Amino acid sequence: MSQPQLGPPPTCQSPEHTCGVSVVHEIIERYGGNPEMLIPMMQDIQAAEGYLPREHLRTLGRELGVPLSRIYGVATFYAAFRLQPKGKHTITLCMGTVCYLKGADQISAVIQDEFQVKPGGTSPDRKFTFAPVNCLGACALAPVMVVDGEYFGGLSASSAVDILQKIASSKKPSEAVAKADAKQKTAAQKNGRGSQNP
Amino acid sequence: MATIYIDNQPYVVKDGQNLLRACLSLGFNLPYFCWHPAMNSVGACRQCAVKQFKDEKDTKGRIVMACMTLAADGTRISIDDPEVRRFRAGVIEFLMVNHPHDCPVCDEGGECHLQDMTVMTGHNYRRFRFRKRTHRNQELGPLVNHEMNRCIACYRCLRFYRDYAGGRDFDVFQWHNYVYFGRQSDGVLENEFSGNLVEVCPTGVFTDKTLKGHYTRKWDLQTAPSICVHCGLGCNTIPGERYGILRRIRNRYHREVNGYFLCDRGRYGYEFVNSPRRIRQPIFRSERSGAAQPVEKQAALEQAAKILGSGERVIGIGSSRASLEANFALRTLVGADRFYRGLAEAECRLLDTAIALLRDGPAPAASMSDAAQSDAVLVLGEDLTNTAPMLAYSVRQSTLQREIGLTKRLHVSWWDDAAIRQALQERRGPLYIATPAATKLDDVATEVYRAAPDDLVRFAQALAHALGAEIPPVSALPRKLAALADVVAEALYLARRPVVVCGTSSGSESLLRAAGNVAWALSAAEHRGQLCLVLPDCNSFGLGLLGGGSLADACRAIQEGKAETVVVLENDLSRHADQAALKLLDEVRHLVALDYLEHATTAAAELVFPAATFAEANGTLVNNEGRAQRSYQVFVPQGKTQASWRWLQEMMVAVGRQAEASWRSFDEITAALAEALPIFAAVKDIAPPEGFRMAGQRVPRQPHRYSGRTAMHAQADVHEPTPLADPDSPLSFSMEGSQRQPPPPLVPRFWAPGWNSMQAITRFQEEVNGPLRGGDSGRRLIEPQPDAAIRYFSDLPAEFEPRPDEWLLVPVDHIFGSEELSALSPGIAQLTPAPYLALSASDAAGANIQEGEKVVLAMDGLHQALPVRFLPSLPRGVAGLPVGLPGMMHVTLPGWAKLSKVTAS
Repeated sequence: MSQPQLGPPPTCQSPEHTCGVSVVHEIIERYGGNPEMLIPMMQDIQAAEGYLPREHLRTLGRELGVPLSRIYGVATFYAAFRLQPKGKHTITLCMGTVCYLKGADQISAVIQDEFQVKPGGTSPDRKFTFAPVNCLGACALAPVMVVDGEYFGGLSASSAVDILQKIASSKKPSEAVAKADAKQKTAAQKNGRGSQNP
Repeated sequence: MATIYIDNQPYVVKDGQNLLRACLSLGFNLPYFCWHPAMNSVGACRQCAVKQFKDEKDTKGRIVMACMTLAADGTRISIDDPEVRRFRAGVIEFLMVNHPHDCPVCDEGGECHLQDMTVMTGHNYRRFRFRKRTHRNQELGPLVNHEMNRCIACYRCLRFYRDYAGGRDFDVFQWHNYVYFGRQSDGVLENEFSGNLVEVCPTGVFTDKTLKGHYTRKWDLQTAPSICVHCGLGCNTIPGERYGILRRIRNRYHREVNGYFLCDRGRYGYEFVNSPRRIRQPIFRSERSGAAQPVEKQAALEQAAKILGSGERVIGIGSSRASLEANFALRTLVGADRFYRGLAEAECRLLDTAIALLRDGPAPAASMSDAAQSDAVLVLGEDLTNTAPMLAYSVRQSTLQREIGLTKRLHVSWWDDAAIRQALQERRGPLYIATPAATKLDDVATEVYRAAPDDLVRFAQALAHALGAEIPPVSALPRKLAALADVVAEALYLARRPVVVCGTSSGSESLLRAAGNVAWALSAAEHRGQLCLVLPDCNSFGLGLLGGGSLADACRAIQEGKAETVVVLENDLSRHADQAALKLLDEVRHLVALDYLEHATTAAAELVFPAATFAEANGTLVNNEGRAQRSYQVFVPQGKTQASWRWLQEMMVAVGRQAEASWRSFDEITAALAEALPIFAAVKDIAPPEGFRMAGQRVPRQPHRYSGRTAMHAQADVHEPTPLADPDSPLSFSMEGSQRQPPPPLVPRFWAPGWNSMQAITRFQEEVNGPLRGGDSGRRLIEPQPDAAIRYFSDLPAEFEPRPDEWLLVPVDHIFGSEELSALSPGIAQLTPAPYLALSASDAAGANIQEGEKVVLAMDGLHQALPVRFLPSLPRGVAGLPVGLPGMMHVTLPGWAKLSKVTAS
């Protein structure tokens, strides 16, 4: 099974922070500079920036007197925090038992290869953020992925890439989704499974 | 006392402890991971499970964690119950799911707590067939190696590094299966105690990187009990050798001294022993400036006899890093009145003052364990992390003491580490630090005061006055400072075991005396005020007790024509003498040196004898509390190297003074020392004599699994060589000997059946955290005078006044670099800063000096160009000069200096 990115926290890949560090100072002020409010401050930074830029965390640590290692410990512990910018679209790929048996690992490998994206990371063109998860609870659709909240089931490696390429090139995402939707329904019928989980 | 029943047998144990500790103290084999004797319980690993029964009728029982359960009177448990055994094996099996099968290539193999526990629980067959999770490792600097895949997430590393050692650059990241211990990014571990991770980690995540360069398994190391030589604290160590190379240093537990840990200087400073700069055979220079000629031992001794002649006009210069025996042998060779201590005048005065404070006053010397258990500490003028690192560790632990007392209200057991830290949050007990600049302990200090040395003295005297010392009040003290003095006085007065820490590194005798006043005033008020004085070198205290003049006195003797031959023992005089004195010594008619490393003095000497290092000879060292401790030879050195005292003895024989130097063995010279100087009477009793045997056998330096005895020297001879004789100690250079536990001074390693890691230590203690079986080793040579009338010192310098065109230079110590020997170890050298001059940013701005800019420092004829580094905490008008760094010249500090910018020309 492919894993989320391991090892020490990744370095920030944001090309430039146009936002400036003043955002951090403003947020620190909002909480009276209290280091015990570290998590709400980090949430606010993420709300403002879409993720937690490295420079912002450095500033936060310096201003609050909290070691950077502690801040990264918190940021990497909670799945809700992102250390990398999010892509335009989010791919959530199920790696649960059933999806895995039906080839989710191959789908994952192809997605990684095609869009140059690592699990938990964002593609260089910032189109996709790729997040394999342990189970989506939709085993009847296995192997299944969710793109921006839309479910695509009964995938194969090539159909997954097709769907994603269409989404990437489509100016109106709903168009691509509509087409894919039809495809997914056929696949589900072909599988002829009920909707209960295994 | 409480009676507990283990598998239906009654045992009497101390009240209030947990079951794991009780079981280990009783000698049971109960596996554990997250518990550590110095760090207590968190109940995280579920490995120490036992079955607890309500009463004797209860047959079902329930599984509890021994480390989290109170050993209350009447507790009934089973360690051997089949269900709990299965449970423990199951825990190991889960941990093993991700642990790699790399024991054969893992540095920890053979002394791995995880290996031991796996065998102990009986998990020996692997059922997990899938891929393991893997991690990327970090580059953590030259001392510690990182291999995260081996991690079993016991959290001991994090608890030690962050909660106990105060590190801020190491944490745990991510969650569940991906938990990762490391830094926020690659880089050198910033904490000075990072090397302990190697021993704290139950497996091979953190290993000794210097050992990796010349790796040897624990069972192949020849080891002996030793004492660290890299500062004055006298931490107990276990150096290990193979093939004539010193491979590593490990901690040797001593309850009163270093406990379970060492600092990184002590652990990694050993490589100077293997340095290419070692002197391996006698050297003779027919002309002083000429080339060095290696000569045979006999020729060198004949030459020495010629030089020394009748012994008239010969003076000896001793050393604070040489053993008592070596210094005594030199003192015997030249005569007591012609023996000088090899320290600058100011260093001698500071040393004498410190010893007098401990000898003449009512306040006893505090050991490191006393400091750690103190509930109020005052630090005066010492940057402990850099001058006496393990004492800084102890003082950091002391800040929890008072607060732990407060947690009794919450009904939390003292050993429940997680609960206590949760309850305490950031609250820390009274610790006051008064130093010229910021120190690393400031983060746990209640208050800090930063000022020039004279102002520190005024503060300390005000404090002593507030405590009732019969000295006049300090007038014109700023109101805020007077208030602080009152606050500190109150905190010390209310404490049960207050400790005052001071030392010689500030260079101020008045500060030492003021510290004495504070401690004595506390003692007079019937509080057990203890005094902990930091001394610079491993045998400073011993040399101080031995007596003798300073280097300045030696120079005077040369100038007056009373000396034309100088014998220098294990001393690089350029570290203690100024340029003028060095020139004088260079021009003396004959200069004979004994040392193990090439330096300025051996380069100038006519005759140089290769001396043995701490690992190659026995010696007695006296630490900063006055405790004499024996350090044993680990291995027989190459070449003609031998102990300095042996060279000096042979020189005396060569000049026909056999009668005076009748000592042939180490026991004989310590006996002679004890007889000649009554203060050292205890020295001959601090360790068993050479004739000591256990069941008729010696204590083997090599473990019983030592391998390759016939193969090691096969290139020379396929027959196994006869083990070398050791006339100086009951230890043998062999694996033959008694495997029983020897008396504490002779323990060469910690190993017990089933316990190959350092955790075997609990098998050697009377009880967990108690003394080693047989009592604490070493003996204090001086004791305080509780009933003597106190004569307070009334030193009161004027308030410090910054000068317009001069700076007061104060010494800045560095854990890596300030000590002579460790600075030669490649790992330490990599972390040693280049010489610099420290200024506060505002002072520098006033003088229009930028950071990094070079300035010329001028004082007392010393001129040195140094780049400027900003040290924001320095008081106005005060500059910091790093002492002892390679490339820095000796200068007596504090002192006034002029700074001028380096012009382009």
